[in-house]
Amino acid sequence: MIAYIIRRILYAIPILIGVNLITFMLFFMVNTPDDMARMNLGVKHVTAEAIEKWKHERGYDKPMLYNSQASGSAALTDTILFEKSVNLFAFDFGRSDSGRDISYDISQRMWPSLAIALPTLIVGLLVYITFAMLLAFFRATYIDYWGVVLCVVLMSISGMFYIIGGQYLIGKLLHLVPISGYDGGSDALKFLILPVIIGVIGGIGSSTRWYRTIFLEEIGKDYVRTARAKGLSEQQVLFKHVLKNAMIPILTGVVVSLPLLFMGSLIVESFFGIPGLGSYTIDAINSQDFAIVRAMVFLGSVLYIIGLILTDISYTLVDPRVSLA
Amino acid sequence: MIKPELLLTDLLIYLLVAGIIYFIIYTRRHEHLRRPWRQVMSTRTGAVTLVILLTYVTIGLLDSIHFQLPLENQNNQHETHYSAEVLSVFDIIVTPLRERVEKTYSAPLAAHAYAKETIELPQGGQQRTYPRLLYGGAHLDDPATERITDIVATTLRALAVALLLWSIIIYVTAWWLSHGQQTSAAAMLQRILNNECATPWRAILVCIGVIVAILCLLTALSAKYHVFGTDKVGEDVLYQTLKSVRTGLVIGALTTLIMLPFAILLGIMAGYFRGWIDDVIQYLYTTLNSIPGVLLIAASILMLQVYMANNAEQFETVTDRADMRLLFLCIILGITSWTGLCRILRGETLKLRETDYIQAARAFGVRHLTIITRHILPNVMHIVLIAVVLDFSGLVLAEAVLSYVGVGVDPTMQSWGNMINAARLEMAREPMVWWSLLAAFVMMFILVLSANLFSDAVRDAFDPRLRKMD
Repeated sequence: MIAYIIRRILYAIPILIGVNLITFMLFFMVNTPDDMARMNLGVKHVTAEAIEKWKHERGYDKPMLYNSQASGSAALTDTILFEKSVNLFAFDFGRSDSGRDISYDISQRMWPSLAIALPTLIVGLLVYITFAMLLAFFRATYIDYWGVVLCVVLMSISGMFYIIGGQYLIGKLLHLVPISGYDGGSDALKFLILPVIIGVIGGIGSSTRWYRTIFLEEIGKDYVRTARAKGLSEQQVLFKHVLKNAMIPILTGVVVSLPLLFMGSLIVESFFGIPGLGSYTIDAINSQDFAIVRAMVFLGSVLYIIGLILTDISYTLVDPRVSLA
Repeated sequence: MIKPELLLTDLLIYLLVAGIIYFIIYTRRHEHLRRPWRQVMSTRTGAVTLVILLTYVTIGLLDSIHFQLPLENQNNQHETHYSAEVLSVFDIIVTPLRERVEKTYSAPLAAHAYAKETIELPQGGQQRTYPRLLYGGAHLDDPATERITDIVATTLRALAVALLLWSIIIYVTAWWLSHGQQTSAAAMLQRILNNECATPWRAILVCIGVIVAILCLLTALSAKYHVFGTDKVGEDVLYQTLKSVRTGLVIGALTTLIMLPFAILLGIMAGYFRGWIDDVIQYLYTTLNSIPGVLLIAASILMLQVYMANNAEQFETVTDRADMRLLFLCIILGITSWTGLCRILRGETLKLRETDYIQAARAFGVRHLTIITRHILPNVMHIVLIAVVLDFSGLVLAEAVLSYVGVGVDPTMQSWGNMINAARLEMAREPMVWWSLLAAFVMMFILVLSANLFSDAVRDAFDPRLRKMD
């Protein structure tokens, strides 16, 4: 088991190096640091000195891949590629283009993101599984047919419609909760309810339909026929046998996304004014802060790879037939 | 003389259309390919959604033939100057919608502006009131009493015209269907009404009837009013929603066109050759896949913005620039979304290469390239088709989200995402400005719902294994 995990982590390293190379090419090769400086300084203030100063402050004034002036190993290490990459691997994201400490910002802003994403995930799972079980129970009836039709209709509606509609209905017409904003402590609850509800509703269509397919696949298997032949009631078959086995694909599908919960949702956070990592990213995009966007890309990839490893491990935990040899 | 303007996305759209026409001709000649399509057309949802999708596609195609009009008042006779504005055939058709611009917001079908203004009275003095619109309901003397009656009368007249048109369409269809079958048109009509045809013509004709009615209604009403109101700068919202159709379709269709060659080539190569080729390709897509899609798109678009700001001279017109960005967005979306299909194709090829007929082909010494193109490719095409149709609706929805985040299409380009983004800021106004939002959402909803239902019908027809479960 431990040997397997170590092997997987080692396998993750070349992928992260690949991710880093891609982002490096995107951020430094497609446009040189000079271009970024010109863009950031604006047309008015562009002088050769200003560009040099901007680059020097951010450490962008070194050679790109190979430093011909340095000697020995410094020829490779005293470059933008090396300096900017090594720090990422040590999770030291450095300073943003506007001078703030990115690591500190991330450690501060990941909690509000998590406060929305985690309840949304848990409540969502419960709701989706319940609905999917209902549809599976009434399979091949009108309830099932119209339920699936409703699912398709729900998943055809843009996610932003749910947010705007929910804000209008609950926040503006009924005045139940504030439309947007965030506060720490117990006050956070009233700001979190609406985003969580909307997040859950937004996913109902596609998730219910997907889980229903999983349930129906499971219902068609031999052990279910055996259970029915033993004389078990339909409820017992569904809840005792089908549900347990169907949870394997459902839960392992969820595990992939667990680490990414920290990243938050761009749309939900920006609509509701939650100071999480999602809105952090959007702000960085809008203010064209390259350092932050680069850090978030790297962080997202690391979390995704952790998710993949967790998925493999969870497979062995819930399904003894799978071994990690 | 007009000067045709070939945008890059236009070119790709023409290519795509040519490809689809070739595909249709090819399919018609091969019975085993025709059969599943006939099955799609024999279901009511499949046929009806296809009609709706074709309506959207028609709008999108009309909007994809671009040109520049010559400027008037030429002082030099030998040289014609062209307006910097790039227009499309669709723009010409809806010229009144495009040109009748109000001052600012106005509600749907309104005759007065949305906000109060100070107006100079003719007999001197000033008054704060809702000013009359320049175009919306301008033909009325007293909107307060006449407006509702006028709208109802126009609606009824439009519906009467629609009914007439519809009967003609029904009759022509019946006549056309009876033509090859030695029955009279009346008998054919009877069969259509009783729903006795293999293709559900009754449902199709009802759907066409609804579309004709909506078109007639919009044409009649928009001649006198702004049917969906106007936006902040007074532009007609109906015009914007219709112009956005092209953007949505381009994102949904061109992205797939761009990603398909990579996904098919790499997926089949990985599965067929295995060994180190498989390793390299797997490494490639795992790496690309591990970067969260939105972030990769955001980073790429940011870089494109920097590039465009520093190389502004490369883009002649605003339309050129917006078009370049749209194409780039398609490419980036393609890069982030090809991995799924590639993985599926790799798995399927791994299975196929062990089958007897491919083993036999290899034993006979058939070249790899021939085996791939003759034996493997045709047997994975149904997977490709299903993936293409399934991806479409997701991409249309993604455009709105990306434009909202600020990394979508160019802000000067009409798109549903940009409409939602602009209207969102007006949510806090009292009374709320809801019409832009609703128009964008409804148009997007109809397109995405049709695409979803159509893709289900296609999937059922082409992948019988899945049908069991639904």
